[in-house]
Amino acid sequence: MAKVFVPYNLRKYTDGATQVDVPGLTLGELITNLELWFPGFSDHLLQDGRLKPGLAAVCGHAATRQGLLQKLDEDTEVHFVPAVSGGVG
Amino acid sequence: MVQTFEPKSDYHVVGRSPIRHDGLDKVTGRAVYGGDVKVPGLIWGEVLRSPHSHALIKSIDTSAAEKMPGVFAVATNADFPSPKAGEIDTGEDVVNFERDTQNLLAKSKVLYKGHAVAAVAAVDRNTALEATKLIKVVYEKLTPVRNVDEAMAKNATILHDNLVGDHLGEDVKKTNVARHFRHEFGDVEKGFAASDLVVEREFTLQMVHQGYIEPHNATAIWDESGHVTAWSSTQGMFAVRAQTAGMLRIPESQVTVNPVEIGGGFGGKTKVYLAPVAAILSRKSGGRPVKMIMDRNSVFEASGPAPGGKIIIEMGVSKDGKIQAVATDLRYEAGAFPGSAVGAGAICVHACYNIPNSRIDGRDVVVNKPKSAAYRAPGSPQAAFAIEQVVDEVCDKMNWDKIQFRLDNAAHEGTRRGDGVMFGKVGLIETLEAVRNSAHWKSPLEPSKNGKLRGRGVASGYWMNGGNKSTVDLMLQDDGTVALNEGSADIGGTRTSIAMQAAEVLGLTAEDIHPYIPSTDSIGFTATTGGSRTTYATGYAAWEAANGLVAEMSKRAAVLWGIDADDVTFANGKFSSSSDPELSIGFKALAGKIGDTGGPVSSTASVNLGAAGAGYAVNICDIEIDPETGKTDVIRYTAVQDVGKAIHPAYVEGQIQGGAAQGIGWALNEEYFISEDGSMANHTFLDYRMPTALDLPMIETILVEVPNPLHPFGVRGVGEVPLAPPLPAVANAVADATGHRFPHHPIKAGRIIEALSR
Repeated sequence: MAKVFVPYNLRKYTDGATQVDVPGLTLGELITNLELWFPGFSDHLLQDGRLKPGLAAVCGHAATRQGLLQKLDEDTEVHFVPAVSGGVG
Repeated sequence: MVQTFEPKSDYHVVGRSPIRHDGLDKVTGRAVYGGDVKVPGLIWGEVLRSPHSHALIKSIDTSAAEKMPGVFAVATNADFPSPKAGEIDTGEDVVNFERDTQNLLAKSKVLYKGHAVAAVAAVDRNTALEATKLIKVVYEKLTPVRNVDEAMAKNATILHDNLVGDHLGEDVKKTNVARHFRHEFGDVEKGFAASDLVVEREFTLQMVHQGYIEPHNATAIWDESGHVTAWSSTQGMFAVRAQTAGMLRIPESQVTVNPVEIGGGFGGKTKVYLAPVAAILSRKSGGRPVKMIMDRNSVFEASGPAPGGKIIIEMGVSKDGKIQAVATDLRYEAGAFPGSAVGAGAICVHACYNIPNSRIDGRDVVVNKPKSAAYRAPGSPQAAFAIEQVVDEVCDKMNWDKIQFRLDNAAHEGTRRGDGVMFGKVGLIETLEAVRNSAHWKSPLEPSKNGKLRGRGVASGYWMNGGNKSTVDLMLQDDGTVALNEGSADIGGTRTSIAMQAAEVLGLTAEDIHPYIPSTDSIGFTATTGGSRTTYATGYAAWEAANGLVAEMSKRAAVLWGIDADDVTFANGKFSSSSDPELSIGFKALAGKIGDTGGPVSSTASVNLGAAGAGYAVNICDIEIDPETGKTDVIRYTAVQDVGKAIHPAYVEGQIQGGAAQGIGWALNEEYFISEDGSMANHTFLDYRMPTALDLPMIETILVEVPNPLHPFGVRGVGEVPLAPPLPAVANAVADATGHRFPHHPIKAGRIIEALSR
């Protein structure tokens, strides 16, 4: 199962848990399962069926460029962090 | 799975420093910049800007300007189509077109001095300028909010009545804090309790400008068919396309952006200020091409500087030399609209250290100053200014060696960054060891012989570097040279660094590759040149396209020889049969025979890469201070950086030296000096003092090469992290020289004299 690091402002959905193990072969599946376990969680992650603008999902060491299609290995760390455009902004 | 690569060293092109492909055009003046663009029927646009820092617009009367002879059109915010609401992901950046259109032309409020209020198109520039003076604007002045303290004060004047702040996940109205986020792991309070020394310090920083020489400019035609054609000095022509199309509410396919050379950007040319306005003026002028160029005052007052703000850091250490906990509070000025670099600052601030208990609060705060923009490693220099001074003070108080402490606490593979993300392979330890072994660090600082104060400072810095989308096309020529099309704006010699990566694969020289940057209609999407991504990501695309070209040419060699394609190998610039040693042909020789084997050969590669290898830099700075005047001179400076693999070492050194020069200026001199009324008092290069070559010593560089396993040649981005360590390196040197800490930027002569007289 992937290890989801819960953003500080979403810990209210996980009873304060900072990390939760969630199944999912893809990032999309993982977020679906997150919503099943912690209703309301995915409202903060998705907009129009995609990751919200301004949000990055770091899968392993790097922010995914494949969105919800990103494949996840067993024990992949998943972080939801504010997107950074680097020197772009 | 992400492909990884083993480091190599036997390159024939990579690691050399050939002459840049665009060099002759630039030194002879042939290169075409935005200001050089001339098209038939060209007319000029000029902008009327607000004299107030914060005011309601009660009315705008443009009738007199419209009647002036020679005037074709006048535009205000009302000429923008109703923008799409909310945050929009353009595929490269998140934008808010509603706010962006209000930044380009104010709607009901002006939010900083210099805020554009209206624009005029006229037969020539002077006529347009005179016509702006006929526009009557009635303002109702409001109290300016000049910094984060004023913005966050109880009963603060609110800039945006409709702004709903996200404060740790809760919606908050009537606030100037657009966003408050937190990264936290471990138990920070427990960490402080376990510490033998806790240092808490507060730092303030002023806005600074990138100081690019070429001002913003744009020429645009919005023709009868509804198509917009634009030329603009930019770090990303696709970003100009997206932003222009978004603000004009037309499809991106209806906008063509033509590249022009760029006279400096440093992050400041990632946002548009003129192209959509020029397009509106063009449409209102019957499709005439409209050209607009900012003057220097406007560049300072109305383009995007780096944010100032306040940073509070609390660090706890134990006697064994280990960091136990760090809590950081970053409050960055977004300027007039939300969107500072505080998110990036939060990623960077703890990134040089292995911190078991970490908390970072970030606040994005709107103030009555121009909307901030990127400036090399956006958000990181400010963060480094703060944390590296705290580290220096901790080492002084505990009498610890400043390099050994950094080594003992250095981030490494497996360490968590402040936002919780785990590092892959990084080269901070190797960089610190290179500092410790450097001639500069080993040479004691001699006392001054003329009564001046001398000091030495050292500081680290981090930038995560970027990946993103890039496209490269390669087209084989009959003579065996290769034309290379790329979508990246060349702001630092990337035509050559990308061409070299293709040449390395093809067994050619850098000069055999002819790089070209076509319009947005003629190359696949390529993200902006920024984030230190271009040599990494566009270079990766060049490597992939070159391998594609080799694969196709191998098939053609097989056709030529009548053998199976699988039988053909390519090495050292030669195609050979693995079964028949008599069959061998050089790359260029095969190119001359390619036509009969199936027609022209070309290859395209597009990539979309995740994060690149992170970049670390450590700087050593020696300074000398005149105790009578407070004047500070940098007398020796060494910048050490993990560059992954330097494709073109001379350019890499140039990037590092430029970053050090900008950082020294940022530390000692540069600031937006804000008057009581909220206006910038020093909006010329005469008063906004940037260092020149006469102010600085030779910046020595040491390139540390810890190859990035995510890139075929080991490239890490190199353009941004050089600006992170100079601010604290200078500050720590000043503290060493004077015995006083300077938490307020810039560390100008007056502040030093004041401290010495205490």
